[in-house]
Amino acid sequence: MNLKDIVQKLDLKVVSGDIDKEISAGYSSDLLSDVIANAQQDNIWITLQIHVNIVAVANLQELAGIILVNGREPEEATLKKAEQENIPILLTELSTFEIVGKLYEMGIHGNR
Amino acid sequence: MDNNKTTTKIQELTYELKVEEVMCTDVETVGPKMPVSQLRDVLYNKRISGVPVVNDNELVGIVSIEDFIKCLEQEEMNALVEDKMTKNIKTLYADEPLVHAIMKFEKYGFGRFPVISRKDKKLVGIITKSDIIKGILKKLESVYHDEEERRYRASHIFNDIIADEVFLKFQYFVEGKNFDKAGEASTGLKKTLYRLGLSPDIIRRAAISTYEAEINIVAYTDGGEITAYIDPHQIKIIITDKGPGIPDVEKALQPGFSTAPGWVRELGFGAGMGLPNIKKFTDKMTLRSTVEKGTHLEIIIKLSDYRIED
Repeated sequence: MNLKDIVQKLDLKVVSGDIDKEISAGYSSDLLSDVIANAQQDNIWITLQIHVNIVAVANLQELAGIILVNGREPEEATLKKAEQENIPILLTELSTFEIVGKLYEMGIHGNR
Repeated sequence: MDNNKTTTKIQELTYELKVEEVMCTDVETVGPKMPVSQLRDVLYNKRISGVPVVNDNELVGIVSIEDFIKCLEQEEMNALVEDKMTKNIKTLYADEPLVHAIMKFEKYGFGRFPVISRKDKKLVGIITKSDIIKGILKKLESVYHDEEERRYRASHIFNDIIADEVFLKFQYFVEGKNFDKAGEASTGLKKTLYRLGLSPDIIRRAAISTYEAEINIVAYTDGGEITAYIDPHQIKIIITDKGPGIPDVEKALQPGFSTAPGWVRELGFGAGMGLPNIKKFTDKMTLRSTVEKGTHLEIIIKLSDYRIED
C-alpha cells in the first residue's frame, strides 16, 4: 500500500518528506533500540517519541515514514532533520492503539 | 565523437520510450455535432491547434485550426464539426515505441496524432512533436542523473589502489550528552559505505551497530570516537570513550539490563537492547571496559559477499 493513500484515508497531517512510497508493513514501539532490532525496511513506524533521533532510526532502517500519535508535534530539530533526510513525518490526534487498529483494518500488518 | 554518442543515446531512447510515456493524457475532445463557430473557444482557451472528435467514446475524426480557418474564409461557421473534420485519421497505439510516432510525424506531416489503446481502440491521449521533445529531454535528464550518481560512487577504489594491503579508515568524533547530534556518525558511515558500493545488508548491519554504540557514548560518557577500517574482506569498527566504564560487562550484555538514567529513558533509549543489538548484527564483538578509565568496543562485519563492481 502507498503511504499517500494512508495519509488520505486516515487524515494524517504531513509535516515532512515525500509520501509517495510503498509500505511493507507496520511497527509500533517507543523504544528506539527495539525499533532498530525489529522494524524492517519500508515499515511505517508508530511512536510518541518526537525528538530528533527518531529520524536517525528511520534513516538507518530505511523506514517508509513515522506517525506521531496523541497529537504530538515533532521538535524543531526533528523536523529540520526529517526534511534534510526526506523522512515523512505524519501527525495524528489518535492514540497508538487507535491508529494501529485503523492501519490493520486497511491491510497493513506486522512483519512476518 | 561526443555528438555521435548523444545521437545514439537519443535514438536508443526513442526505442525505449513508449508513446504513452510522453503523450498528454488530459485530452480535450469535441462532439461531431458541435458547430464550427464554437470550435474557436475550445482551441483558443486551451491553446491547442487541433482536437479529436469523439462520439460515444469512439474516436471518429480530428479537427484542426486549419479546418477552422477554411470555414472562416468560406463563411461556413454554422457547419458542423463532423462535416469539416478529417475522417480518415491516422492514430498511434499507446504501447508503440516513440520511434513509430516520429516516423509517422515525418511521413504525414501532421501536427498531432490521437493515441488509442490497442485493446479497445478507445482514445487515451494525444501526442505532438513538442510532447516527444519534452519526453526525451526528461528521460535524458534522469539518465544523466543516474550516471552522475554512479560516477560518484567510489566502489572501484579497491581496484584502483595498487598495494599489497589496502584499508580505508574513517573516523568520527561523538559528543557526549548531546542527543541532538546522536546518530550523525552512524548516518555518515552509512552514506560512506553506500558510496563504496557495499551490499545493502552489510551497510545496514554496520550502520545499526554503530548507531547503538554511538548512543552509548552519548548517553553514558562525555564523548568518544568511532573509527571504521574497511578492507576488501571486512569492516572493523572500533568505538572508544574515556569513561565511566562498565562495572559488569557480562550483565551489560544481557538483553533488558540497563543503567540508563531517567532522562535517557524518556527519549526512548536505555531499553537494555543496545549491546545485544550490536551482538546480533555483527560477526564478532569484543568489549573491554575499565571503570573510570573507559570502554573499548570492537566489532567486525565480514564482507564475504563483497563484490567489486567493474
